[in-house]
Amino acid sequence: MATLGQYLIVSGLLFTIGFAGVMLRRNIIIIFMSLELMLNAANLSLVAFSRYRVGADGLPNYNAQVFVFFIITVAAAEVALGLAIIVALYRARQTTHVEDISTLRF
Amino acid sequence: MPALLFWTFAAMTLVFGAAVVLNRNPIASALSLVLSFLGLAALFMGLDAFFIGIIQVLVYAGAVMVLFLFIIMLFDLRAEERRRINRVAVVGGSAVSLALFVQICLVVAELRGSHDQFPALPATRTDDVRDIGLLLFNNFNLPFQIIGVLVLVATIGVIVLSKRELR
Repeated sequence: MATLGQYLIVSGLLFTIGFAGVMLRRNIIIIFMSLELMLNAANLSLVAFSRYRVGADGLPNYNAQVFVFFIITVAAAEVALGLAIIVALYRARQTTHVEDISTLRF
Repeated sequence: MPALLFWTFAAMTLVFGAAVVLNRNPIASALSLVLSFLGLAALFMGLDAFFIGIIQVLVYAGAVMVLFLFIIMLFDLRAEERRRINRVAVVGGSAVSLALFVQICLVVAELRGSHDQFPALPATRTDDVRDIGLLLFNNFNLPFQIIGVLVLVATIGVIVLSKRELR
Protein backbone atom coordinates (compact mmCIF):
# COMPACT_ATOMS: atom_id res chain seq x y z
CA MET A 1 0.00 0.00 0.00
CA ALA A 2 1.36 3.36 -1.01
CA THR A 3 1.62 6.18 1.49
CA LEU A 4 -0.03 9.59 1.38
CA GLY A 5 3.31 11.24 0.61
CA GLN A 6 3.83 9.08 -2.48
CA TYR A 7 0.47 10.09 -3.91
CA LEU A 8 1.26 13.74 -3.18
CA ILE A 9 4.65 13.46 -4.93
CA VAL A 10 2.98 11.91 -8.00
CA SER A 11 0.44 14.71 -7.93
CA GLY A 12 3.16 17.34 -7.60
CA LEU A 13 5.16 15.82 -10.46
CA LEU A 14 2.05 15.80 -12.68
CA PHE A 15 1.40 19.45 -11.79
CA THR A 16 5.02 20.30 -12.61
CA ILE A 17 4.73 18.56 -16.00
CA GLY A 18 1.62 20.61 -16.76
CA PHE A 19 3.32 23.79 -15.57
CA ALA A 20 6.37 23.08 -17.73
CA GLY A 21 4.04 22.52 -20.68
CA VAL A 22 2.44 25.92 -20.18
CA MET A 23 5.85 27.58 -19.83
CA LEU A 24 7.69 25.82 -22.67
CA ARG A 25 5.22 25.03 -25.44
CA ARG A 26 4.05 27.62 -27.94
CA ASN A 27 1.11 25.73 -29.47
CA ILE A 28 -2.04 27.06 -27.84
CA ILE A 29 -3.78 23.66 -27.93
CA ILE A 30 -0.87 21.96 -26.14
CA ILE A 31 -0.91 24.77 -23.56
CA PHE A 32 -4.59 24.06 -23.01
CA MET A 33 -3.93 20.32 -22.56
CA SER A 34 -1.23 21.16 -20.01
CA LEU A 35 -3.79 23.21 -18.07
CA GLU A 36 -5.98 20.10 -17.91
CA LEU A 37 -3.01 18.12 -16.56
CA MET A 38 -2.56 20.69 -13.77
CA LEU A 39 -6.25 20.53 -12.83
CA ASN A 40 -6.04 16.74 -12.68
CA ALA A 41 -2.97 16.87 -10.47
CA ALA A 42 -4.95 18.98 -7.99
CA ASN A 43 -7.77 16.42 -8.17
CA LEU A 44 -5.37 13.58 -7.35
CA SER A 45 -4.10 15.27 -4.19
CA LEU A 46 -7.69 16.11 -3.13
CA VAL A 47 -8.76 12.47 -3.50
CA ALA A 48 -5.64 11.28 -1.63
CA PHE A 49 -6.44 13.60 1.29
CA SER A 50 -10.08 12.48 1.17
CA ARG A 51 -8.98 8.85 1.57
CA TYR A 52 -6.51 9.78 4.32
CA ARG A 53 -8.96 11.72 6.51
CA VAL A 54 -11.28 8.92 7.54
CA GLY A 55 -14.25 10.21 9.54
CA ALA A 56 -15.89 8.84 12.69
CA ASP A 57 -17.96 6.37 10.64
CA GLY A 58 -14.79 4.94 9.08
CA LEU A 59 -15.61 6.31 5.61
CA PRO A 60 -13.42 8.68 3.56
CA ASN A 61 -14.13 12.38 3.83
CA TYR A 62 -16.47 12.77 0.88
CA ASN A 63 -16.43 16.59 0.99
CA ALA A 64 -13.18 16.52 -1.00
CA GLN A 65 -14.70 14.17 -3.57
CA VAL A 66 -17.68 16.49 -4.03
CA PHE A 67 -15.14 19.27 -4.57
CA VAL A 68 -13.38 17.14 -7.20
CA PHE A 69 -16.76 16.61 -8.87
CA PHE A 70 -17.21 20.39 -9.08
CA ILE A 71 -13.68 20.86 -10.42
CA ILE A 72 -14.32 18.29 -13.17
CA THR A 73 -17.56 20.05 -14.12
CA VAL A 74 -15.93 23.47 -14.24
CA ALA A 75 -13.02 22.03 -16.24
CA ALA A 76 -15.42 20.55 -18.80
CA ALA A 77 -17.15 23.92 -19.20
CA GLU A 78 -13.74 25.59 -19.44
CA VAL A 79 -12.61 23.21 -22.19
CA ALA A 80 -15.75 23.83 -24.23
CA LEU A 81 -15.39 27.62 -23.96
CA GLY A 82 -11.62 27.64 -24.43
CA LEU A 83 -11.76 25.52 -27.57
CA ALA A 84 -14.49 27.79 -28.96
CA ILE A 85 -12.20 30.77 -28.37
CA ILE A 86 -9.30 28.90 -30.03
CA VAL A 87 -11.51 28.15 -33.05
CA ALA A 88 -12.49 31.82 -33.28
CA LEU A 89 -8.81 32.82 -33.05
CA TYR A 90 -7.83 30.30 -35.71
CA ARG A 91 -10.54 31.61 -37.99
CA ALA A 92 -9.24 35.16 -37.59
CA ARG A 93 -5.50 34.44 -37.77
CA GLN A 94 -5.01 30.93 -39.29
CA THR A 95 -2.51 30.03 -36.57
CA THR A 96 -2.34 28.30 -33.20
CA HIS A 97 1.12 29.59 -32.39
CA VAL A 98 0.95 31.97 -29.43
CA GLU A 99 3.79 34.15 -30.69
CA ASP A 100 1.74 34.98 -33.78
CA ILE A 101 -1.18 36.15 -31.64
CA SER A 102 0.26 39.16 -29.89
CA THR A 103 -2.26 41.94 -30.46
CA LEU A 104 -2.93 42.26 -26.74
CA ARG A 105 0.74 42.23 -25.82
CA PHE A 106 2.00 45.45 -24.33
CA MET B 1 -4.01 -0.75 -3.84
CA PRO B 2 -0.89 -2.94 -4.01
CA ALA B 3 2.34 -1.00 -4.39
CA LEU B 4 3.10 -2.61 -7.76
CA LEU B 5 -0.21 -1.43 -9.24
CA PHE B 6 0.27 2.03 -7.72
CA TRP B 7 3.69 2.45 -9.32
CA THR B 8 2.47 1.03 -12.66
CA PHE B 9 -0.40 3.48 -12.92
CA ALA B 10 1.61 6.39 -11.49
CA ALA B 11 4.32 5.73 -14.10
CA MET B 12 1.65 5.51 -16.83
CA THR B 13 0.14 8.84 -15.75
CA LEU B 14 3.48 10.62 -15.53
CA VAL B 15 5.14 9.17 -18.65
CA PHE B 16 2.16 9.93 -20.89
CA GLY B 17 1.76 13.30 -19.17
CA ALA B 18 5.34 14.10 -20.13
CA ALA B 19 4.62 12.80 -23.65
CA VAL B 20 1.85 15.41 -23.94
CA VAL B 21 4.40 18.17 -23.43
CA LEU B 22 7.24 16.60 -25.44
CA ASN B 23 5.39 15.43 -28.57
CA ARG B 24 5.58 17.76 -31.55
CA ASN B 25 2.48 16.31 -33.19
CA PRO B 26 -0.73 17.62 -31.52
CA ILE B 27 -2.66 14.41 -32.26
CA ALA B 28 0.00 12.31 -30.52
CA SER B 29 -0.19 14.74 -27.60
CA ALA B 30 -3.96 14.39 -27.36
CA LEU B 31 -3.78 10.58 -27.44
CA SER B 32 -1.07 10.62 -24.75
CA LEU B 33 -3.39 12.81 -22.68
CA VAL B 34 -6.12 10.13 -22.94
CA LEU B 35 -3.74 7.47 -21.59
CA SER B 36 -2.55 9.81 -18.85
CA PHE B 37 -6.16 10.40 -17.77
CA LEU B 38 -6.87 6.66 -17.80
CA GLY B 39 -3.88 6.05 -15.51
CA LEU B 40 -5.15 8.80 -13.23
CA ALA B 41 -8.62 7.20 -13.15
CA ALA B 42 -6.96 3.94 -12.06
CA LEU B 43 -5.15 5.84 -9.29
CA PHE B 44 -8.51 7.28 -8.15
CA MET B 45 -9.98 3.79 -8.01
CA GLY B 46 -6.97 2.64 -6.00
CA LEU B 47 -7.94 5.32 -3.48
CA ASP B 48 -11.45 3.77 -3.27
CA ALA B 49 -12.93 6.79 -5.09
CA PHE B 50 -14.82 4.73 -7.65
CA PHE B 51 -17.32 7.45 -8.54
CA ILE B 52 -14.58 9.99 -9.26
CA GLY B 53 -12.67 7.39 -11.28
CA ILE B 54 -15.68 6.64 -13.46
CA ILE B 55 -16.43 10.36 -13.88
CA GLN B 56 -12.80 10.87 -14.87
CA VAL B 57 -13.08 8.24 -17.61
CA LEU B 58 -16.46 9.48 -18.86
CA VAL B 59 -15.87 13.23 -18.78
CA TYR B 60 -12.14 13.55 -19.43
CA ALA B 61 -11.10 10.49 -21.40
CA GLY B 62 -14.47 10.56 -23.18
CA ALA B 63 -16.02 13.97 -23.73
CA VAL B 64 -13.13 16.38 -23.26
CA MET B 65 -10.68 14.39 -25.35
CA VAL B 66 -13.17 13.94 -28.18
CA LEU B 67 -13.54 17.72 -28.18
CA PHE B 68 -9.75 18.20 -28.32
CA LEU B 69 -9.28 15.65 -31.11
CA PHE B 70 -12.22 17.13 -33.01
CA ILE B 71 -10.69 20.62 -32.91
CA ILE B 72 -7.22 19.34 -33.89
CA MET B 73 -8.67 17.40 -36.83
CA LEU B 74 -10.75 20.44 -37.82
CA PHE B 75 -7.63 22.62 -38.00
CA ASP B 76 -5.71 19.95 -39.91
CA LEU B 77 -2.59 20.81 -37.92
CA ARG B 78 0.60 19.22 -39.15
CA ALA B 79 3.46 18.56 -36.80
CA GLU B 80 4.69 21.92 -35.65
CA GLU B 81 7.38 23.26 -37.95
CA ARG B 82 10.66 23.81 -36.20
CA ARG B 83 11.03 27.38 -35.17
CA ARG B 84 13.98 29.19 -33.75
CA ILE B 85 13.96 28.05 -30.15
CA ASN B 86 14.25 30.86 -27.66
CA ARG B 87 16.94 29.34 -25.48
CA VAL B 88 16.49 31.78 -22.60
CA ALA B 89 12.78 30.96 -22.41
CA VAL B 90 13.43 27.19 -22.43
CA VAL B 91 16.10 27.37 -19.73
CA GLY B 92 14.05 29.80 -17.64
CA GLY B 93 10.86 27.75 -17.95
CA SER B 94 12.65 24.53 -17.02
CA ALA B 95 14.34 26.20 -14.06
CA VAL B 96 11.05 27.60 -12.73
CA SER B 97 9.35 24.20 -13.14
CA LEU B 98 12.21 22.46 -11.36
CA ALA B 99 12.07 24.98 -8.52
CA LEU B 100 8.33 24.39 -8.22
CA PHE B 101 8.84 20.62 -7.99
CA VAL B 102 11.59 20.96 -5.40
CA GLN B 103 9.31 23.16 -3.31
CA ILE B 104 6.45 20.66 -3.57
CA CYS B 105 8.83 17.89 -2.44
CA LEU B 106 9.98 19.98 0.53
CA VAL B 107 6.38 20.70 1.57
CA VAL B 108 5.42 17.01 1.30
CA ALA B 109 8.50 16.02 3.33
CA GLU B 110 7.49 18.49 6.06
CA LEU B 111 3.85 17.37 6.02
CA ARG B 112 2.75 15.56 9.15
CA GLY B 113 1.52 12.07 8.26
CA SER B 114 3.02 11.92 4.77
CA HIS B 115 4.66 8.56 5.67
CA ASP B 116 1.43 7.07 7.08
CA GLN B 117 -0.40 4.25 5.42
CA PHE B 118 -4.00 4.98 4.51
CA PRO B 119 -6.39 3.81 7.27
CA ALA B 120 -8.45 0.73 6.46
CA LEU B 121 -12.08 1.17 5.45
CA PRO B 122 -14.87 -0.86 7.10
CA ALA B 123 -15.55 -4.14 5.34
CA THR B 124 -19.32 -3.54 5.11
CA ARG B 125 -19.35 -0.18 3.41
CA THR B 126 -22.08 1.22 1.24
CA ASP B 127 -21.23 2.37 -2.25
CA ASP B 128 -19.59 5.77 -2.48
CA VAL B 129 -21.93 7.00 -5.24
CA ARG B 130 -24.76 6.99 -2.68
CA ASP B 131 -22.69 8.82 -0.07
CA ILE B 132 -21.43 11.46 -2.51
CA GLY B 133 -24.95 11.92 -3.90
CA LEU B 134 -26.42 12.44 -0.43
CA LEU B 135 -23.73 14.96 0.41
CA LEU B 136 -24.10 16.72 -2.95
CA PHE B 137 -27.85 17.17 -2.70
CA ASN B 138 -28.03 17.91 1.05
CA ASN B 139 -24.97 19.97 1.97
CA PHE B 140 -23.92 21.28 -1.44
CA ASN B 141 -27.28 21.90 -3.06
CA LEU B 142 -26.75 25.60 -3.80
CA PRO B 143 -23.26 25.13 -5.32
CA PHE B 144 -24.70 22.31 -7.40
CA GLN B 145 -27.35 24.60 -8.85
CA ILE B 146 -24.79 27.35 -9.44
CA ILE B 147 -22.69 24.80 -11.35
CA GLY B 148 -25.77 24.08 -13.45
CA VAL B 149 -26.07 27.78 -14.32
CA LEU B 150 -22.34 27.85 -15.11
CA VAL B 151 -22.69 25.00 -17.59
CA LEU B 152 -25.66 26.79 -19.17
CA VAL B 153 -23.60 29.99 -19.49
CA ALA B 154 -20.75 28.00 -21.05
CA THR B 155 -23.16 26.45 -23.56
CA ILE B 156 -24.55 29.85 -24.57
CA GLY B 157 -21.04 31.30 -24.67
CA VAL B 158 -19.86 28.58 -27.05
CA ILE B 159 -22.82 29.22 -29.35
CA VAL B 160 -22.13 32.97 -29.38
CA LEU B 161 -18.40 32.43 -30.00
CA SER B 162 -19.08 29.99 -32.83
CA LYS B 163 -21.11 32.48 -34.82
CA ARG B 164 -19.47 33.50 -38.02
CA GLU B 165 -19.56 37.22 -37.37
CA LEU B 166 -18.28 38.26 -33.94
CA ARG B 167 -19.66 41.61 -32.95
